[in-house]
Amino acid sequence: MTPKKTLAVWKFSSCDGCQLTLLDCEDELLTIAGQLEIAYFLEASRAKVQGPYDVSLVEGSITTPREAELIQEVRANSKALITIGACATAGGIQALRNFADVEEFTRIVYASPDYISTLATSTPISANVHVDYELNGCPISKQQLLEVISAYLNRRRPRVRAHSVCVECKRRGTVCVMVAHGTPCLGPVTHAGCGAICPAYNRGCYGCFGPMETPNPASLNVWTGLEDRDLVRIYRTFNANADGFRESSEAHQRQ
Amino acid sequence: MKPISANKSTRTIRTDALARVEGEGAMFVQIEGDHVRDVKLRIYEPPRFFEAMLRGRAFTEAPDITSRICGICPIAYQMSAVRAMEDACGVAIDSGPIRELRRLIYCGEWIESLGLHVYLLHAPDFLGYPGFLEMAREHPQIAEQGLALKKAGNTLMTLVGGREIHPINIRVGGFYRAPSRAELRPLIDPLERAREIALATVRWAGELPFPDVRREPELVALAEPGRYPIDLGRIVSDRGLDIAPAEFDTHMVEEHVAHSNALHARIRQRGSYLTGSLARYNLSFAALSPLARDAAREAGLQETCRNPFQSIIVRAVELVQVCDEALAIIDDYEPPDEPAVEVAPRRAVGHGATEAPRGMLYHRYALDHDGTILDARIVPPTSQNQLVIEEDLRAVVQRNVKLPDEELTLRCEQAIRNHDPCISCATHFLELTVQRG
Repeated sequence: MTPKKTLAVWKFSSCDGCQLTLLDCEDELLTIAGQLEIAYFLEASRAKVQGPYDVSLVEGSITTPREAELIQEVRANSKALITIGACATAGGIQALRNFADVEEFTRIVYASPDYISTLATSTPISANVHVDYELNGCPISKQQLLEVISAYLNRRRPRVRAHSVCVECKRRGTVCVMVAHGTPCLGPVTHAGCGAICPAYNRGCYGCFGPMETPNPASLNVWTGLEDRDLVRIYRTFNANADGFRESSEAHQRQ
Repeated sequence: MKPISANKSTRTIRTDALARVEGEGAMFVQIEGDHVRDVKLRIYEPPRFFEAMLRGRAFTEAPDITSRICGICPIAYQMSAVRAMEDACGVAIDSGPIRELRRLIYCGEWIESLGLHVYLLHAPDFLGYPGFLEMAREHPQIAEQGLALKKAGNTLMTLVGGREIHPINIRVGGFYRAPSRAELRPLIDPLERAREIALATVRWAGELPFPDVRREPELVALAEPGRYPIDLGRIVSDRGLDIAPAEFDTHMVEEHVAHSNALHARIRQRGSYLTGSLARYNLSFAALSPLARDAAREAGLQETCRNPFQSIIVRAVELVQVCDEALAIIDDYEPPDEPAVEVAPRRAVGHGATEAPRGMLYHRYALDHDGTILDARIVPPTSQNQLVIEEDLRAVVQRNVKLPDEELTLRCEQAIRNHDPCISCATHFLELTVQRG
C-alpha cells in the first residue's frame, strides 16, 4: 500500500474562519482523515508530523517579519501550496493598512506602540513565495475546498469557475437586485463561489470573493450610481488589495 | 528577582504553539525547586488594527467588518456591533420578532461553537488523545455526536444568516431578509436531534474524571430577568457589580502589563475577573430551561460550579439550553412586518455587549452626524479572561509540581483550554518573541 498523502494547515494573519471551514465539513471530515494524513493542523491537534508535506493549505496574509520568514519554511516543506481565503490570496481586510500609515494605526490601538512588530503592508502569500493554487473567499466555500483537496489527491486540475456572481444568481433564479430594486451590487465584477447568497437575501453583493477573471469595474461603477466616497468604501473591504478592486478604489479616491 | 540558589533546580515548562485553541498563543512556566516562579500565557497573534481600520467607515459597515475579527464567533461580533450602533442612534430592539430572530441565529453560533469546543478541542484532553481525529478513530460514536451537534448549529446559521462563517444577513436595525415560518420548519428535526445529543453530552461529560479544584475569580456576565444571557442584558457579577453596558468603561480598565503581550482587563480597584460559560451558569442558573437545569443536576452539578475543569459539563448544559431555546423561538415565531427598523445616524456614542460563546464581548463606537465612525473600541472575551487563565495556570502548576514535564505540560494546556480562549480576536493583542528557557 502506498503511504497516505500528507496535508498541513498553516495560519498567518487571519480570523481562523477558513481553516474552520475544514472542520465545518461535518459530513466529509472523517472521510478526508481516512484518505490522507492530516500531518499538521494546530487548531485540531497537538500532534505534529515532520514535513515535507504533499499539500499545504495556507490561511492568512503576511503582516509581520516573523511571518515573512515562516512562509519561506512552509514553502520549502510543501510539494503543493494552496492559499485558502481572501487574506492569503489578496491580503485580507488587514490590507487596509496598505492605504494608510501603519504607525498611526498602531498608535490608535495600542498604548505602547514600541512593543508592536509589524510590517507596513499586508501582502498575499503569492507576493512572498510561489503559490500553486489560490482559493478566493471571505470565507472560502466548503465545496471549493473539498474540490481542491480532491483534485490534488487525484493529480488533476481543480474545477473552480472564475466567472462572476451574476452567473450564480441566474442559476439560482434570483431576481437582479440592481435592476429590480436599484440596490448597488458588486456581483458583476466578483468571483463566483459563494452561491450568490447576498442577492438571495435582498442585499447587494459586497465582493467578499474578490475580483472575477477580467472584471470591468469602471463600467459597473457608473451603473451603481454611488458617490466616490461610497465606491472607495465598497472596494476597500476584504479584498481591497486585489488587482481589479484596488485600482477602482484608488481611482475614485483621487476624484 | 530572587537569586537562584545552587541546590534548587530550575525547570521550564513551555508550549511554543498551543494547539486546539483559536489563534496563536504560547505558554511559558518557570519552576524553581517546588515553587512556580513565572507563568505567562503569551499571545503572538499578529495585530490587525481593527479599531483603527473602522475609523472613517460608515456605521452600517461595522457588523460585516468586525465579524472578520473571528471566524469562530462572527455572530457575536455582528450582534455587539449592531447593538452599539442602535444604542448610539437611540434605537432599542429589546423585544419582538427581530430580537427573537437575533437570538435564534445566536443560538446557532453557540451550538456550533460550544459543540466545537466540547468535542473537537476539549474532549481529547480528557480521553487522552492529541486531537479530535485521533480520538475519532477509537471513539467514532463520540466523534459523530460532536459533528452532528456542530452541523445542527451551522444549519441554523446558514438558513437564517446565509452562511455559517461570516453570515451576510445581519444589519443595523435587524436583517436584510426575515425568514417565513415555513422556512424555519426544516430546522426543527435537526435541532430536536441536537437537543438529544446535548442531553447525552451532559451525561457523558458528568462522568469524566475531574481534579478536585475550586477557583474563586469574580464572575462577570450579562443578565436579564427570566432569560439566559445571550444577546443583551446588564453586566453583573457575583460580587455586586450591576451596570449597564454604557458603564463598562467606568468600571473596567484595560492595562498594558509589562510581562505580557496583551492588554489585560480588570475591574477597577478589584482585579481580575472571568467571563464565559462558568460565569453565565453561576449567575443565571435560575434562567436555564427546566430541561437544562435537570440535566445539570443529574450530571452532579450544583447551582454553582467553581471548577474550571468542569466547564465541559457546563458547556454541555448550555448546549441543551440553546437547542431548547432555538426550538421554542421557532415554535413561537411570527415574521416581523419589516425585516429591519430604520436607524437614522446621529452624532453620539453607543455601547453594545453580548455573550460570545466564550464570554462577554463589548463594543463602543463614537459616530459623527452622518454615521461616520470617529472612534471604535472592542474588548473581546479572551482579553478579559487572560489574567484568570494565568492565575489558573499558576495554581495548576503549584498543585502538580511533582509531575514529570510532559504530563505537567498537558495539564497546563488543559487548564488554558478550560476557558476556550479565542486568540484570533486579535484586536488588542501584541506580538512578543517567545522567551527561550
